[in-house]
Amino acid sequence: MSETRETLLSADALNLTDTLLERRAGRDHRIDALFRMMVAAAAAMVLLLLLGAVLVMWQGGLAAFGAQGWDFISKDFWDPANEVFHGLAPIFGTLVTAAIAVLIAAPLSLGVAVFLTELAPSWLRRPLAIAIELLAGIPSIIYGMWGLFVLVPLLGEHVYPWLGENASRLPLIGSWFAGVPIGIGLLTAGLVLAIMILPFIASVMREVFLTVPAPLKESAYALGSTTWEVVWDIVLPYTRSAVVGGILLGLGRALGETMAVTFVIGNANRLGALLEPGTSISATIANEFAEAFADSHRSALLGLGFLLFVVSFVVLGLARVLRARLNRQGGQR
Amino acid sequence: MSRFDARFAWRRAVNGLALLLASLSALIGLFFLGWILWTTISKGGAAFGWSLFSHATAPPGDPGGLANALVGSVILCSLAVLWATPLGIAAGTYLAEYAHASKRGELIRFVNDILLSAPSIVLGLFVYALVVRPMQSFSMFAGVLALGLIVLPVVVRTTDEMLRLVPTQMREAALSLGIPQWKVTTGVLYRAARSGITTGVLLGLARITGETAPLIFTNTNNQYWSFDPMAPMANLPMVIYEYAKSPFEDWQQLAWAGALLITLFVLLVSISARWLMSGHRGQHE
Repeated sequence: MSETRETLLSADALNLTDTLLERRAGRDHRIDALFRMMVAAAAAMVLLLLLGAVLVMWQGGLAAFGAQGWDFISKDFWDPANEVFHGLAPIFGTLVTAAIAVLIAAPLSLGVAVFLTELAPSWLRRPLAIAIELLAGIPSIIYGMWGLFVLVPLLGEHVYPWLGENASRLPLIGSWFAGVPIGIGLLTAGLVLAIMILPFIASVMREVFLTVPAPLKESAYALGSTTWEVVWDIVLPYTRSAVVGGILLGLGRALGETMAVTFVIGNANRLGALLEPGTSISATIANEFAEAFADSHRSALLGLGFLLFVVSFVVLGLARVLRARLNRQGGQR
Repeated sequence: MSRFDARFAWRRAVNGLALLLASLSALIGLFFLGWILWTTISKGGAAFGWSLFSHATAPPGDPGGLANALVGSVILCSLAVLWATPLGIAAGTYLAEYAHASKRGELIRFVNDILLSAPSIVLGLFVYALVVRPMQSFSMFAGVLALGLIVLPVVVRTTDEMLRLVPTQMREAALSLGIPQWKVTTGVLYRAARSGITTGVLLGLARITGETAPLIFTNTNNQYWSFDPMAPMANLPMVIYEYAKSPFEDWQQLAWAGALLITLFVLLVSISARWLMSGHRGQHE
């Protein structure tokens, strides 16, 4: 340091360090700009990926959309040999299985989340919450295998015959349970999906419930509210949009899930009752793609993929907007 | 008085019923999840043995294992994490440090969240149309690309979140010393957020370990040993998928053994990610 100071005394040396410093500042500036450009390019890649995925699938499905017209989504007849691709059955299967899954999993998840945040003894809350979060990460193929090897025989032998006999006599919805029950089918797929998205929705709900300020809940308790009244009148109104967002996230998962579904849905490309084999968009793609050699067939599958993407995009986008609303509202209602 | 009593009794009854239902749903949920775990452990454990690791997949009836599939999965997943991590960290850095609250940043965050939960089969289709169709063949390269697309949004999001958790004072202190911003980012911020970012990478790895759908039409499967990046490579999820659907008893057993291996690995990775995060929090508080 002192050496530098001595050399600074001479004017020449002063100029020298000045230029040195300037050069260094210039270099830093250039590297800064380069670094900024690099990270910006990486971020742009993320944007391009989504755009690219949408465009590529739209373009891939274009031939099918053109050849089949509106029949592609409104009629039920799938015959690759004759190049007729009317995809109502997989679309119907995707919507129905996801609906069954959410109808079962949403109320159960609400119960689990309430249990984890308000009911369970405090020493049990964290371990249980961690366990459920870990289970939410188990690969979906495991759920599918369990469905095929455990749930299908059980339902096929004991539950569905009874359902088929009794529920098919119900007015209005009776026809949903018609057909020969063999254990695989839309209802089984919906059940497996429900079990799969349950820990996922429950974890989201639990996290959201924890954001409710303690004073808010304590005030209600101090006024004599019961635990349920605190949940129903304080916690849920405060977190409403985020809870719905969490359920929509689960719905998005159920809509696009492939492996948990394809094992148990039966892969029959036709419209059927709940207890009969059916198919979904993702299961159709997974089953037929590797064997689809005709361009028209591949285009039809890419077109289905495009539809699936658009539907998930809408559901997931809505979920995100609703969840973001909780942060913004911040409790001033 | 009695009116209040009745009202109180009614409220207590509603409360009791609601709490009972909540506890019941927790029991039901845990029961099914425990059942699935138990099935995997008992069926997979029964088929467990050293031959899993010493033999490659074989025709039904022959003594076979999962050695080639295991090695293939390790290679596929490592390469996917390897390309997605730097890209994800860079994009996350842009979001947290350069586009913090801007409209552009919000848009990219939104798109990243969509990618994060987009159906994995759709990402597989994308890679198929982008790589497999032009190259006219399924390949490990395409599989790595597809799996990386699933890791990428996870890393972007955690990097963004973890960098934003680093106190602003740290940036200001470093910048006031005259350190250029890129050095502040790489030398100070990355170091402060290191365990958080590592957690993100681990979570991404856990996500792709059992991911099957995007491999079906990008990498497909290979019965044999192969290390050619332009040819399909054996991998665990596809072997499980094909074996579980097969009518052969020994293949089904191998599928369960593979399922157990994957489940254990995923649980291990998730637990270490969680442990890493809790250690990180402990340091700062």
